[in-house]
Order: sequence, then C-alpha cells, then structure tokens
Amino acid sequence: MAALLRRIRRELFPTRGDAVLSVALLGLITLAGFGFLHWALFQARWLVIQANATLFAVGRYPIEQQWRLWLLLWLLVAATGLSWGVLRSHPRRDRTGALWPRNDRLAAVLLGVVGLWVPWALGLDLSLQSRWWGLVILLLLVRWLAGRFGRRFGSLGPRLVALTWPVLYLLGMVLISGGLGLVSVSPSEWGGLLLTLLEASFAILLCFPLGVLLALGRRSELPLLRWGSVLYIEFIRGAPLITLLFLGQNILGFLLPGGLAPERVWRAAWVLTFFAAAYLAEAVRAGLAAVPGGQFEAARSLGLSYPQTLAKVVLPQAMRVALPAMVGQFISLLQDTTLLSLIGLMELLGTARTVMANPAFLGKNAEVYLTLAVLFWCCCAALGLGSRALERRLDPQTVPSST
Amino acid sequence: MIRHPFTGLQQCGVVRKLGMALRRSLLWPLTALLAAQLAGCASDSGSGVQSQKMATINGRGKLVCGVDGKLPGFSFVGPDGAYTGLDVDVCKAMAAALFGDPGKVEYRDLNSSERFAALASGEVDLLSRNTTMTLSRDAPGGNGLSFGPTTFYDGQGVMTPVTSGIRTLKDLAGKPICVESGTTTELNLADRMRELDVAYTPLKFQTGDQTYAAYLGGRCIAVTSDRSQLAAKRTSFPSPDQHVLLPDVMSKEPLTPATVNGDPAWADAVRWTVYGLMQAEELGITKANVAEKLAEAKANPNQADLRRFLGVEGDFGRQLGLPSDFVVKSVAAVGNYGEIFDRNVGPGSKLKLDRGVNRQWTDGGLIYSPPFR
Repeated sequence: MAALLRRIRRELFPTRGDAVLSVALLGLITLAGFGFLHWALFQARWLVIQANATLFAVGRYPIEQQWRLWLLLWLLVAATGLSWGVLRSHPRRDRTGALWPRNDRLAAVLLGVVGLWVPWALGLDLSLQSRWWGLVILLLLVRWLAGRFGRRFGSLGPRLVALTWPVLYLLGMVLISGGLGLVSVSPSEWGGLLLTLLEASFAILLCFPLGVLLALGRRSELPLLRWGSVLYIEFIRGAPLITLLFLGQNILGFLLPGGLAPERVWRAAWVLTFFAAAYLAEAVRAGLAAVPGGQFEAARSLGLSYPQTLAKVVLPQAMRVALPAMVGQFISLLQDTTLLSLIGLMELLGTARTVMANPAFLGKNAEVYLTLAVLFWCCCAALGLGSRALERRLDPQTVPSST
Repeated sequence: MIRHPFTGLQQCGVVRKLGMALRRSLLWPLTALLAAQLAGCASDSGSGVQSQKMATINGRGKLVCGVDGKLPGFSFVGPDGAYTGLDVDVCKAMAAALFGDPGKVEYRDLNSSERFAALASGEVDLLSRNTTMTLSRDAPGGNGLSFGPTTFYDGQGVMTPVTSGIRTLKDLAGKPICVESGTTTELNLADRMRELDVAYTPLKFQTGDQTYAAYLGGRCIAVTSDRSQLAAKRTSFPSPDQHVLLPDVMSKEPLTPATVNGDPAWADAVRWTVYGLMQAEELGITKANVAEKLAEAKANPNQADLRRFLGVEGDFGRQLGLPSDFVVKSVAAVGNYGEIFDRNVGPGSKLKLDRGVNRQWTDGGLIYSPPFR
C-alpha cells in the first residue's frame, strides 16, 4: 500500500506544476466519466437496441431460416473451444505449460459474465437467453475437454484444428446462402453484423493470396508482370474506396446485359477484396525487401527451386515482418465495410441508419452509434489480439518445443 | 425478347437463367464472357401488351423497387425486418397488382446521387424514393425518367427556433442556414433568396443527420428541407414545441414514383395502379371492405362503373398487361391512398402530418384520379 502511494506520488505529483496538471486532468476525466454514466444509466433509452437486436445481428434474414445461423454459431463456438483447448494442451517455450494460465481464467470469467449479462440486458426471450448461456457453457466445456485430452493425439491435434476452420467457413457459406437442399436466402436479405463480418472475412481471406501474388509480381524480373502489377496497385491506390464501390454498383449494370450483373453484396465484396489486395501487396513487398538477398541465394545454391525458395525460406520471413502492417490493413478493411451503407447495403451502419429512421425511435442516434462503436471495437480488438498471438508464435525465439 | 437498354444485346431465356444462376455464385467475373459468347441467341416471342420491362419482372418473379430506406414515414426497416412506409406501400401495391402478392418485392436502398443511374441501368424496375418530379428529370434530354402520379405533395419550408425571432424569409438576411447539399432543396433556397435579394450563408452538409445535428448544435439559425422532413425530424428533437415552420413555402415538391423512359406500357401499369389506390379512396373502398365490395359488384350487374373498376367486367387489366383484378389485389394488400397516408405519415403514425393538399379533390385537395373508363 505504501509502495503504491509512493508510486502515485512519483508518477503524478513530482513537481507543483505536474500536481496541478494531474488534478485538473483527473477531475476532467472523473467529470466526463460521471456524465457518461449518468447519461447511459438514466437518460439513454436503450429500447431502440433491445427492439432491434435481431436486425442488428442478422438484418432481414428470414426468421424461419434463422436456425441455420444458430447452428453455425454453435459450430463456431465449439470450434473455438476446441482450438483454444488443443493449443493450450501443447505447451511451448514461451508459456508455462499450465492448462489454465491466468489469462485464460480471466477470459473464462469475462465470457461467463458477458454471456449472462448481455442477453439479459437486451431483454431477450428466456428461450433465447438460455441459448446464449448454452453457448457459453459449450465453449468452456469443449475448452476444458480439449485441454484435458488434447495431448493424446500428439501433433495431429493442432493440424486437425487448423483444418476445421476452412471447412467451417465453407460450411458457413452454405448455411447462410443456402444450397445442398437448404432454401436459398438472397444476399439482399443478409444484414447487420452478419453482413459486416461476412464481407470483411471474405475480403480478408481472398485479398491475402492476391496481395502476395501482386507483391511477387512487382518484384518480378519479367517486365510485363512487373508493370502489370505496378499499374494495378497504383490505379487502385489512386482511387478512393467509395469511388470504386460506386463504380461496382452503378457502372456494372450498364456494362453487363440486364440481369447478368452479380448480386450487389458480392460486387461490394469483390471490390473490397481488389482494393485491399493492392494495399496488402505493398505491406508484403516491405516484408520481402526486409529479407536479406543472401537468404535467397543460399536457398538456391542448396538446390531449392524458385517456388520452394519462396515457400520455405523467403515468404515465411517476409510474412513475419509484414504481419503487423497486414493486420492493420485487415482492421481498417473491417471498418471500411461501413462505407457499404452508402451504397445501400444493410451492414451494421446501414442497419443503424434505417433503425434511426423508424419514427418509433427517432433521435436515438447516440444509443445506436455507441452500440455500433462497441461492436466494432470488439471485432477489431479480437483481430488485434489474434495478430499479437500469431506474432509471438512466429517469433523464432519462441518456436514450438519439440515435445 | 429482351434487349438490354445500354448494350443493345439480346438475350433469350436460357442465357438469362444461366446469368442469374451465375450472378448468385461467386464466379461472376465469368458472366461477362458468357454474355459476349451467347448474346446473339434467338428471341422468345412476347404478347401484344407485355413490355420488355414487365417481361423481365414476370420472368424474375418479383419486383425490384428502389427506395430511400432511411426516411421516417416513407421507407425504413422495422424491428421485424419488414420494410414500411408510404413509398414502400407503392412498391407493395405494384407487386400485388402484378403477382397478387405484396411480398414479391426486393427493395434496394438508394441514395440521392445514385438513384437515377440505378433506374437507367435496370438495377431497379421502379423508383419509389421521395423523388420530386421536375422538367429536367422528366425530359429525354435530362434524366429521362417517366413519372407516375404524385403520391405526396410536399413543399420546401424553413424551420427555426421559436426564440430566434425570425418570422419570414427576409428576417434571415446575413444568417447561416443549414441545408443538405446536392438536393433540389439547396437550389431552391438559392433561387428564392436571390429573388428576394436576401444575402445569407448556406452551411452545406452531406447527410440529413449532419444537417439537423448542426442546426440543433446552434451552428445555424434555420434549417431548410421539405416540410414533411422538417416535421418528421422535429418529433425527435429534445423539445419539439420550441421549433416552428415558417409559413413560406419555397417550392413545389411533388414526390412521385418513376420508371425509366422508353417503356410506356410499364409506366402506364404503374400509373394506373397508383390511380387505382386514389380512386378506391374516392369510392370508399378500403382494405377492410374490398372483398365485400367485390361481392357486391359481382352480384349487381347494374353497378357497371364499380364492376369495371374492380375487374368484374371489361378488360382494363388486359389493356395494361396486368391481371383483371389488379385494383382489388393492390387495395387488399395496402389499402386505399387515404389509408396509406394515415398509416405512414398521418394521424396513425408518429409524424402526425396533416393531409393538407394531399386531400382528395372532393375535399379540396390535389389527389385526383382520372376516370377508369
């Protein structure tokens, strides 16, 4: 306690000037905090969020087909628990090897609280509330089981876990859009968080290989390939995203005979992909430039072919350097999806705008925008956390131990 | 035969279906190639009245309707995911007239700068998006739209705080006025103020939200927009009774559904479906009693007018390329014009707008359907 007091004194009140500044700033922060809490607890009318919770989550997705999204959610949660547990059961040098390190215990408690409180605060039906509790329980249960028994499968475990995600993504696409015996749900009826995540994940997944190819093309010695890549990258980077989105939505209808233009949701997704690829290419190029030329020459002189050199020696090193820049790109891509509301798609911001136009909820802008900010923060924070974990994992100091 | 308005390419049913299947898939970049390959295939024969547009709509099985999507009272999405509003009801009435089912509509939210391009490129069949009918939008040398009957007579007004002391437009001399840029509102304000020789400072904003936020934040002494908008926004203000609408009406804003020029048959079908809603109000036919009226008309051969209107006799529907009972179907779906107005913007809604000039002509208003004859 005394140490804490001493530390506060040293850091906040070393001189008279600093003391005045600290008191003023602390006062300001307290005032703002109280003002916000007072507004959030007593003045804000959260009914607009409660009543439109489904709209914010999945948009106009038909109610009788929403069980497909629930199924997908259950699967996603189970896969998350599985990955989490299996990864923990394979200790690495950077970790203690404990099955439940402190971070995980914290996360479990936090998830439990959020999973219990949010559905209750939204005033959902008891059946819906219990579904969310079920999801939390499933997550923790699978996490526990996978952690407990994950080691039995040896190194096969992590590999299988890595495989579940692409499979689950494709399965999710089928569940959302229909096909394979499921009723098809038109993309024009997707919306809310579902559409935002779908557009962002689609663009992130596809822009990655495209960006790597463009970066390699730009460093290629074949003039046609090099100039093609340069032209593409500079053209895309020279045009604002909103312009490209408008081009995609409006001009394509003129260029293609009637009815042949794809759904606007897919058009927007492709425009996002092509846009992000150009920026990603530059991040990857920076990574490639950071790999010393000797690495390439050494690999070639060992007898590796060009593709082998790239795949085994150059790209892994380049990716590690480029990772923080790439994740920054992904996060801004996730936020760029809000531009889709300007071209009339019902992603999170579009949903928010139509909700605020409902005469029953006119003027509830602050509540709606705050909810949006929290949702986006959660998504971006998850991306950031994931990237930092990946950085640690790719760090040569903490390669997986041989056990 | 379908001929694309811009490229002039012909398409037969097979290519159309293939195209639709492809556009749903992720492989749409391939469709351009496909279209070029198969563009010159044989055309299918159409019936006499069927327009190209209506053939497309019927082939698709649903109407694509361009709406604002973010406009209180005119179009927005409710908590249940259903589109609601006066503009939306026009779309529903049209779908009911075409297919007998008001649910067969796909809505496209359009912003004010892309709405005409969306109509011209065939992205939407019908634009029911609080669009003011003007000469330049109607003329083939301008935007080249084809307007139906006006569904809401609006006018540009000015709102100011009660405490500002401003009572007429002249009081605004030298004062900042908030206005949304890129709209007729902005042009009207400039024209009218130049006419009155009043110098003012326009503060332009990209969206309505920003405009009203600036007004409420005190950055300008007045805000101008269509009077319906001002009334709607006012209900969401912290103290609505502290803001007044000036008596001056700066413009005529007949908000009118539009179709693309060059397909008169489709434009006629839209025009007379909307007129049908107005005529139904005049005849006292409502959503609740339309079935009863229909039975009455069927039973009584002497009510020739009613029988023709409801499609019991005559061939109005066939002349338009619509089912004979299109009026019955559309009124059963959304009610007559008066019901639509009351439910969405009138006393039945939160906006509580007065019928004003949007009364029936029999009550001294401007809503007037030509005879169904």
